[in-house]
Amino acid sequence: MSEPSLAPRGGRFEPRIARRQRTGRIFRALCLAAVAFGILSLVVLLVDVTRDGLGVLSLDFLTSYPSRLPARAGIRSAILGSLWMMLLVTLMAFPLGVGAAVYLEEYAPKNWFTRMLQTNISNLAGVPSIVYGILGLAVFVRFLGLGRSVLAGAATLALLTLPVVIIAAQEAIRAVPSSLKEASYALGASRWQTIRHHVLPVSMPGILTGTILALSRAIGETAPLIMIGALTFIAFDPLTPMDAFTVLPIQIFNWTQDARTPFHDLAAGGIVVLLVVLLLMNATAILLRNKYQRKL
Amino acid sequence: MSETATSLRARRRLALQERIIGALLLGCGVISVLTTIGIVVVLVSQSAGFFAEVSPIEFLTGTSWSPQLLPRSFGILPLVNGTLIIAIGSSLIAIPIGLASAIYLSEYARSRTRRIIKPILEILAGIPTVVYGYFGIMFVTPILRAIFPQTGIFNAASAAIVVGIMILPMVSSLSEDALNAVPRSLREAAYALGSTKFEVSTRVVTPAALSGIVASFILAISRAIGETMAVALAAGATPRMTLDLLQSVQTMTAYIVQVSLGDTPYGSLEYQTIFAVGLVLFLITLAMNLLSQRFTKRFREVYE
Repeated sequence: MSEPSLAPRGGRFEPRIARRQRTGRIFRALCLAAVAFGILSLVVLLVDVTRDGLGVLSLDFLTSYPSRLPARAGIRSAILGSLWMMLLVTLMAFPLGVGAAVYLEEYAPKNWFTRMLQTNISNLAGVPSIVYGILGLAVFVRFLGLGRSVLAGAATLALLTLPVVIIAAQEAIRAVPSSLKEASYALGASRWQTIRHHVLPVSMPGILTGTILALSRAIGETAPLIMIGALTFIAFDPLTPMDAFTVLPIQIFNWTQDARTPFHDLAAGGIVVLLVVLLLMNATAILLRNKYQRKL
Repeated sequence: MSETATSLRARRRLALQERIIGALLLGCGVISVLTTIGIVVVLVSQSAGFFAEVSPIEFLTGTSWSPQLLPRSFGILPLVNGTLIIAIGSSLIAIPIGLASAIYLSEYARSRTRRIIKPILEILAGIPTVVYGYFGIMFVTPILRAIFPQTGIFNAASAAIVVGIMILPMVSSLSEDALNAVPRSLREAAYALGSTKFEVSTRVVTPAALSGIVASFILAISRAIGETMAVALAAGATPRMTLDLLQSVQTMTAYIVQVSLGDTPYGSLEYQTIFAVGLVLFLITLAMNLLSQRFTKRFREVYE
């Protein structure tokens, strides 16, 4: 590569060290400013939301149904809906995701079908969440007749989460030392016995970390659930998987969209609760990861 | 004798069990293929009814989108325009700031600093998009209105800013991974030739990691195109052929949300528009993801 700035037209080399180092210092400061911008944005966002939402946080806010009167409105049904989603999405996405990951890492032959499967999974991870909503609307709500139920919503979110769980589980399984597997095979264990007793226990912390992170993304999802028709005004507890439901992000969306200012603070209150839930989930994932790293 | 028979039977049972388990696990993997097939079948079959009434040429080249108001018109370009404004606006924030952050983290920061800062920046990507929508309306828009009084309550600029912040960690983390993968020998060779740190970073390391960096850009833009709630809240719902960032626009995603929030009758032409718009959205993001994978693959081939 030519270096025009180092070899000026005259042909004689002039190092110009001071100037070049000044440029370097300016560049370093700009890069540092970029990092500062990112961190500052995060701080401003968190502070702004907390400042707006702290006023409405109370036990009543957590245990009341939504209401047309801002003073009496709460997020009880939204919390229950989000808990339903967490439970059902885990039950669906975790076994399917780990199963697919085990297949790809331990069973799959090296052929076009496996390659297609792998490419397909990474492409699915990049499909916009709203497209999953369209899929859920057509398949679960209409075709399978589940209606606008908890089950239809959870199935949609499970499909959305699945590629992320598969990719995370694959990474965890790949990290299992092959000596461990070979020792198991050498003692006469079958493939499944090796996976069941050696590969899965060793990779489980990594799999769980990835699953929790994927799940925390699902908990924050709004668009696909709006698509499948999760309602915003639910003044009852969704008790069965066939009930109508709402979730925290939809309740937040609804309140943010409201033209009346008191509802905006309710939205901020909902955001604080949602962020605390996500923080707890991420903290769990990090703790698991640290424990796992110490073990190896 | 009987002992051998039992062990033979046990072994057969084990082999059968192995086969069943293998098939079950394959089944788990096949679900992901079924998901893709499902997406394609739903989008194509449901928008077929729409394209029977509206010609694809009118749909793809029309400059007016008004599926509800008479006279109805179904030109998707205003929605594409809205999507592009947000995507370009947000990448103007995320790409330079993200790349500069990546260079700082990879080339200048100590490894301890990097281990702390990188996850902090990644929190930005983990915050739900509806929160960015709230932040856009309640925090960014009032600031914009104080600076430019003509700013609308809903405007493209606030949406582009918050989406830019949201996709920032995608650029910074993935680019940092790419920069970090550049072999140390390349840097040392450049230092040995008398380069300053700035020259090593910008003329040796960054070009060497370029394919990974470009892949991160494409992925981030694709994410911005598919982003829904932040733009539905902050950018508003006015399909418009404008380049004015201070006005309200509507993206493809925000339109789909708008229709599904309303009480559009199932099976009507207006209802079918969400599948046609969804199909365009899916194809655009798919193309970008494939492109990004191609870049990533190139970057892997160089150093592994």
